[in-house]
Amino acid sequence: MFSMDLLLEAVVTGVLLGCFYAAVSIGLSVSFGLLDVPQVAHPAFLVMASYAVFFLNDGYDIDPLLAGVLITPLLFVFGLLAYRLYYETFERRGTDAAVRGIAFFFGIAFIIEVLLILYFGVDQRSVTASYIGKSWRIAGMRVPLRLMVAFAVAGGLTLLLSVYLSRTFMGRAIRAVAQDEEAVRLMGANPVRIKQWAFGIATAVLGVAGALLIIVSPVDPTLDRAYIGRTFCVVVMAGLGSMTGTLIAAIILGIAETIVLTMFGASWAPAISFALLLGILAVRPQGLLGRR
Amino acid sequence: MKRRTFLGAAITGIGVSLIGKAGADQPPIKIGMSMPLTGGLAGGGKPSLLGIEIWRDDINAKGGMLGRKVELVVYDDKSSASETPALYSKLLDIDKVDLLFAPYATVPTAPIMPLVKQRGMVLIGNFSFQVNSKIHHDMWFNNAPWGPADAWASAFLDIGQKAGGKTVALLTADQEFAQNLAKTAREVAGKRNLPIVFDQAYPPNTVEFSSIIRALSAAKPDIVYVASYPPDSAGILRAVNEIGVGDNVKLFGGGMVGLQFGPVMAKMGSLLNGVVNFNTWLPEPGMYYDGTKAFFEEYSKRAVAAKVDPLGFYLAPFGYASGQLIAAAVKATNSLDQKAIAKYLHENEVKTIVGPIAFSADGERKETATLQAQFQGIVDNNIDQFKKPGKQVILFPEKLKSGNLITPFEAARK
Repeated sequence: MFSMDLLLEAVVTGVLLGCFYAAVSIGLSVSFGLLDVPQVAHPAFLVMASYAVFFLNDGYDIDPLLAGVLITPLLFVFGLLAYRLYYETFERRGTDAAVRGIAFFFGIAFIIEVLLILYFGVDQRSVTASYIGKSWRIAGMRVPLRLMVAFAVAGGLTLLLSVYLSRTFMGRAIRAVAQDEEAVRLMGANPVRIKQWAFGIATAVLGVAGALLIIVSPVDPTLDRAYIGRTFCVVVMAGLGSMTGTLIAAIILGIAETIVLTMFGASWAPAISFALLLGILAVRPQGLLGRR
Repeated sequence: MKRRTFLGAAITGIGVSLIGKAGADQPPIKIGMSMPLTGGLAGGGKPSLLGIEIWRDDINAKGGMLGRKVELVVYDDKSSASETPALYSKLLDIDKVDLLFAPYATVPTAPIMPLVKQRGMVLIGNFSFQVNSKIHHDMWFNNAPWGPADAWASAFLDIGQKAGGKTVALLTADQEFAQNLAKTAREVAGKRNLPIVFDQAYPPNTVEFSSIIRALSAAKPDIVYVASYPPDSAGILRAVNEIGVGDNVKLFGGGMVGLQFGPVMAKMGSLLNGVVNFNTWLPEPGMYYDGTKAFFEEYSKRAVAAKVDPLGFYLAPFGYASGQLIAAAVKATNSLDQKAIAKYLHENEVKTIVGPIAFSADGERKETATLQAQFQGIVDNNIDQFKKPGKQVILFPEKLKSGNLITPFEAARK
C-alpha cells in the first residue's frame, strides 16, 4: 500500500543508511579507486577494526566512536606494513600484479577472519553506547539515533579526506600518483612511498568506519563477506577515486535500497545495488564523478 | 582342593586380563560428522560439538560402546552447503567411520541426505528442519524437538489467538529454514482464517531493518511472526525498539534464531522483554531430567576454555542427547548394524538429558517439545540472570508451562 509518509520516511532512512555505506567504503575509494590496489581485504580490515572497538568498549568501557579514533594510528601503521608486504611480494614483480594481488588480499582477509575466530570466538559481538537503541522524533518520524551518528561521522570523514587530498602537499602527491605514476617518478618523488602513505590513510579511516559498523549492527568474524559487494559497488559507481562521488553514490544506494525494502518487498533489495551500478555505468562509464 | 581353586582363579584371571587386553586393543568406534566451526553457523556448531564431546568423554569413562572406545572424526564445513557432500564421502570412504552424525543446521545437512540414504547409513540429525520431508530416508533421526512440521507455527499462533489476535504479519529471512517456517505459518493461518496482512522475506545480509519495521507497523497486525537468523534477529529487535511496531501488536517473535545464544541475549538485555520466541531447553521447573544438571555443570566449565556460548541451553544438551540415542541403540542391539540401530530407534523411546525421545516414521519427534517462551523482567548486561528460572517463562507446551503471557507487546516491553 502506497503512503507518502512511508515514502518520506524511507528517503530519510535511505540518506542516513547511505552515509553509513559511504563511511565503510571511503577507505576503499582511496586504496582501490586512487591506487589501483585490488584491496578485497578492505571489508575484513573493517571487521577487524570493529572487533578492536568492541575490545575497548567491552573491556574498558570506552565509547565506540572514541575507541575508533584511538585505534586509528594503529590501523595507519598496519596499512603501511600491509602495503609494503604487498609491494615487495607482488606489485614489484610484474605486470600481472593486480591479478595476483587479489589472491594476496583474499589470503589476508581469510587470515584475519580465522584470527578473529580464534581470539574472540564465533559469536556475534556488539557495543553499548548512549545513542544505540534510541531514536529521535523529527516531524512525527522516529529516526534511529545510531544512523544519525553514522550520517554525521560519514559527512565529516568525506569532507576531511576531500580537503586532505586536494589541499595538502601529500594529498596532491597521492592524486598525482593516481594520475601518472611515471611522471611522479620523473619529478624525483618516490611513488611507492606515496602509495604506501595513501594505503596507510585508507586503512586508518577504517578505525572510525569500523566503530560505525558495530554501532549500526552486531558483527561476527565473517561479516566481511556481506560488505565486499556493497563497498566495491559504491566505489565503482562513484567514479574511481572520487570522495564526493563516494558519498553521493552511497546515498543513492541507501535511498534505493530503503525505498525498495519499504514499498516493493525486501527480496528485491540485493539486486538494487548492482542494477544501479549497471545503469549508471551504461550512462556514465567513468562513474558518477569519475574523470574520463 | 586349595591348589585347584588357586589354579582356577589364576586361569580365570589370565583369561579376564586377555579379554580385557583384547578389548583395549580393539579399534575405537568412529563417529563421523562435519560441523560448522567457522562461518555464519559456527555460533551454534561449536556448542553443539562441545555437547557431543562431553558425551564422548562420559561414555568412554564408562568403558565406551561394545567395549570399544568412542572416537569422533570431525571436519569444519565452514557453514557451507557446498562443503558437506565431499566431507561425508571422505568420512565414509577414507576415514571409514562406523556411525554418522549430521552437522548443525538445515543448510549444511540438506545436501548430504541423498548420499547417506544411498549408503544405507543411520544419520542422527542436528537441529535441521524438514530436510527429510522429500528424501524419506528411513534411517534419519532428528535430535531437535520440532516434531510435526506445523507444530511450531501452530503453537505460536495459538498463543496469539488466545491473546485476541485476529491478523498476522510474517517477516522471514530469505533462507531455507525460515522459508520452511513461513510456509507452515501461512498454512496454519489459512486453516484458522487468520488474514495475513504483511508477508515479506528479507534477503540475507540486510543491514538495516527500520524501513521494514515501518512497513510492517503500517499494516497494523495483531500477531507478528518472525523467522530470522542470528545477525538479523538483533537488528530487528533494535529497529523495533527505535521505531516501534504499534500498540495493536499482541504477540511478537516465534522463530527468531539467535535469541537463544548467551552472548546475544546478554547484549540485547532489556530489548528482549516481551518477545515470545521458540527455544529448546530453559532452566525452568520441569526441564530437568536424569543427568541434565551434571551436564550443565560440566558444560559451564568447558565452555570458557572453548570460547563458546557460556549458557549453551539451545544446542549443547541435544548434542549430548545425540550420543545417548546412538549409545542406547548400540547397547540394545549389541551391534553397529545400521538397520538394527534404525529399527531400535523407530520402536523405542530413549531417555536423555533433554527428556524422553520417541520418533515417528519420518525420523522427527512423535510429539513436539519445542518451547514457546516469553522474555520477562530482563535487565541489561547480565548473562547470569538467564540461568535463573522466571526470565523466559514457558507458555507452550502446556505441561511445561511456567508462567503467563504479558500482552500487548508494547506493555510487555516496559
